[in-house]
Amino acid sequence: MSLRLPAADESVLARRAQIIADLSAIVPGEGVIFHEREMKPYESDGVTAYKQMPLVVVLPQTTEQVSRVLKYCHAGGIRVVPRGAGTSLSGGALPLQDGVLLGMGKFNRILDIDYANRCAVVQPGVTNLGITRAVEHEGFYYAPDPSSQIACTIGGNVGENSGGVHTLKYGLTTNNVLGVEMVLITGEVVRLGGRHLDAGGLDLLAAVIGSEGLLGVVTEVTVRLLKKPDVARAVLVGFPTSEDAGDCVAKIIAAGIIPAGIEMMDRDAIAAAEAFVKVGYPLDVEALLIVELDGPEAECAHLLEEVSRIAAACNSSTLRVSRTEEERLGFWAGRKAAFPAVGRLSPDYLCMDGTIPRKQLPLVLTRMRELSARYGLRVANVFHAGDGNLHPLILYDANQPGEMDKAEAFGADILRLCVQVGGVLTGEHGVGVEKRDLMPEMFDATDLAHQQRLKCAFDDQGLLNPGKVFPTLHRCAELGRMHVSGGQVPFPDLPRF
Amino acid sequence: MSMTEQVRISDEAELVAAVASAAASGTRLAIAGRGTKQGIGRPLEVARVLDLSALSGVTLYEPEELVLTARAGTPLSEITALLAQNRQMLAFEPMDTGPIFGAAAGDGTLGGLFACNLSGPRRLSHGAVRDHALGIRAVSGRGEVFKSGGRVMKNVTGYDLPRMLAGSFGTLAVMSDITLKVLPTPETEETLVVFGLDPASAARAMSAAMGSSCEVSGAATLPAEIARRRPEAPADVSVTAFRLEGFAPSVRARRAMLISVLMPFGAVEVLDEAASRAFWVLVRDALPFAGTAPRALWRISTAPMAGPVLGRALSEALGAETFCDWAGGLVWALMPDEAARAADVRAALAPHGGHATLLRGTPEARAGAVFQPLEANLAALTARVKASFDPRGILNPGRMYAGM
Repeated sequence: MSLRLPAADESVLARRAQIIADLSAIVPGEGVIFHEREMKPYESDGVTAYKQMPLVVVLPQTTEQVSRVLKYCHAGGIRVVPRGAGTSLSGGALPLQDGVLLGMGKFNRILDIDYANRCAVVQPGVTNLGITRAVEHEGFYYAPDPSSQIACTIGGNVGENSGGVHTLKYGLTTNNVLGVEMVLITGEVVRLGGRHLDAGGLDLLAAVIGSEGLLGVVTEVTVRLLKKPDVARAVLVGFPTSEDAGDCVAKIIAAGIIPAGIEMMDRDAIAAAEAFVKVGYPLDVEALLIVELDGPEAECAHLLEEVSRIAAACNSSTLRVSRTEEERLGFWAGRKAAFPAVGRLSPDYLCMDGTIPRKQLPLVLTRMRELSARYGLRVANVFHAGDGNLHPLILYDANQPGEMDKAEAFGADILRLCVQVGGVLTGEHGVGVEKRDLMPEMFDATDLAHQQRLKCAFDDQGLLNPGKVFPTLHRCAELGRMHVSGGQVPFPDLPRF
Repeated sequence: MSMTEQVRISDEAELVAAVASAAASGTRLAIAGRGTKQGIGRPLEVARVLDLSALSGVTLYEPEELVLTARAGTPLSEITALLAQNRQMLAFEPMDTGPIFGAAAGDGTLGGLFACNLSGPRRLSHGAVRDHALGIRAVSGRGEVFKSGGRVMKNVTGYDLPRMLAGSFGTLAVMSDITLKVLPTPETEETLVVFGLDPASAARAMSAAMGSSCEVSGAATLPAEIARRRPEAPADVSVTAFRLEGFAPSVRARRAMLISVLMPFGAVEVLDEAASRAFWVLVRDALPFAGTAPRALWRISTAPMAGPVLGRALSEALGAETFCDWAGGLVWALMPDEAARAADVRAALAPHGGHATLLRGTPEARAGAVFQPLEANLAALTARVKASFDPRGILNPGRMYAGM
């Protein structure tokens, strides 16, 4: 694995013993971990191909401790990598050799559940599903549902602006968080938003959500709670071609229907899922749609009829409507098991995460098949069809020399293709280190400079999670310069890249 | 005070040149579309106005992909008409600020709407302008064009600048293109109404409705002194209203459910589709307060349960007329005269949390803090963010905060 991380600061490495002692004074007891064996669980996140032992692991328990740790690191020029549950699929929590790994796992309390105002105030280490579990006895839930929701934390969700399978109707994390308390690298504590709608002032909350731990460390989150819909029902539809399936999705939306979820799987993913969980997926189709509708019984019944009619008009070859909750969950079981199911077909797989304009799906699938042939690697596709988020799973064997590099090159080509057809590099997994070097495919130098200057406004020394998201580290002073003379930008005709 | 020069911008290249030239000379700029929201924010002292009204046109609209891109100066009416042809809408229900500023309704641009992030009643269920922002092209105070976001629904590639720039009142960058998520227009709507609730009961009724699975997409309460001005008002009593939208069979089913939720609070009446539409336009555009300029008008966002009680407190203590949208979370408060009484309004709000914006006031009133003053750490961070986009402070200087 040839991953370029910022060169370690030798002076920080040399001070390790002192840093451990100083941090132990701030976070006493078992809050500082520095033996290699004990740090092992922190050496990677969900992208286990990337590994790096941190300088030291710190597990604070209070906002004050976080503030003091960050202030100390800021004063000493020490890098900090924040971490939630470590489920990132982009290497966002990959440690740095000279960096403090700031684990937020001990912030695991639900502070307040305010049903009357339909919100909950929680610490960042509470799991996504933990929020729903705490309120479901009153019929409420927290809407974004990334597939790792049993393990991933709300703090990590804020860092990554996590999605899930219901985002077209219910939004991403950013649409469901009302406020945060966060600590800047200087140790300053700021509060953005609260229990009210619209945070007020500049919408820095929008910048923080999805900032991948580069802007600050979130120590409290206020989330919106929703009442659970009365019922949810799903329909499972098979199509002879992916074009037909894509056409069906477009026509459902054109009919004014926003389903709770629309998932698509291609032939390889269907076969893998069916072999794994045996839920009765049709095996003689090129594409399978799961369309889920939720709301009052009367609405679901009405829309299921509409969706079935539209599907038939789009050449569907099989169609099953869930009659029971058990059957609905069965439809989903295959989709939800798609990753491990594909994992059984191959020693290793790489999960990509591009988003495309939905109408480009047939073209992207065709090109992907060509790439698959060229690289000699198989690819299975699951697709959040409602919002255009595509998860190609590239199958490879890391024990075959060169195959992982080949898989990564294949993945990079797929993401380039996504950008070429009007899409983006990542829909929900984040840029992290994984897609960092592809950022110039989507953004030119000026675009990136505007983003990196925002980083400077939060973190002037670039100490928070450096080496993630941006392909090149710039010093803030260099980014801040204005290259303007006589009212002209220099070289106005020069192409920017 | 010197004369203000108008510069008409008709394409992005002109916009880049105009901002770059101002950046080079340190010339302070006001950014305007059709000028309908110039009364919002602190008064500007600038040498030059960039008029973006000719930077206009929808450049991409794919109904089946739920996406629309338009240049910042595109009239909002053009966008809503185009969407209506495909039975789609801007789901955040943009507020038309014309009536409260004594101007015609139906004017204004996409850029102005985006810059002010002024969402209507459906903010409650569907989110704000910023929640529907997918991508932008813009020119920062450095005179450089940059893009962020994209045209797809789900995107976490880089910082979410489109949402951050929504509601920044043109102080960070001048939008060139804005891409929004659009949604289908509901097939039908109706509104259930309960009369005569006091503020605390209205808050509880709205909380009960929002805490049900009825998918209420608008919840507002108008005290008697406001409600009685509606031509169709039945009597001198408060009105608490709940909107249901969607496919007809769904609305019918939810009506029955919502009536049983509201029964403990009083008798429920139904406004049909036409009456429902009219009612929510009244709430959206704060029509009870149209024609009341130059009296100071506040728009206050707070915790929903606090809103109606806060409204009552502002009435009693300051002589304000108030009503609430967003299930109580948005309080409109009209002061008895031109005095904004900012310190009193914010002191009353403080225990509940939230922010108060002086949406309309005389220039003298607006020279004070129009937006909720920021705590010191946040103020310093906000100033650094401003400087990162606009280091010479040329874009709408001072419009949000003095000296920034």
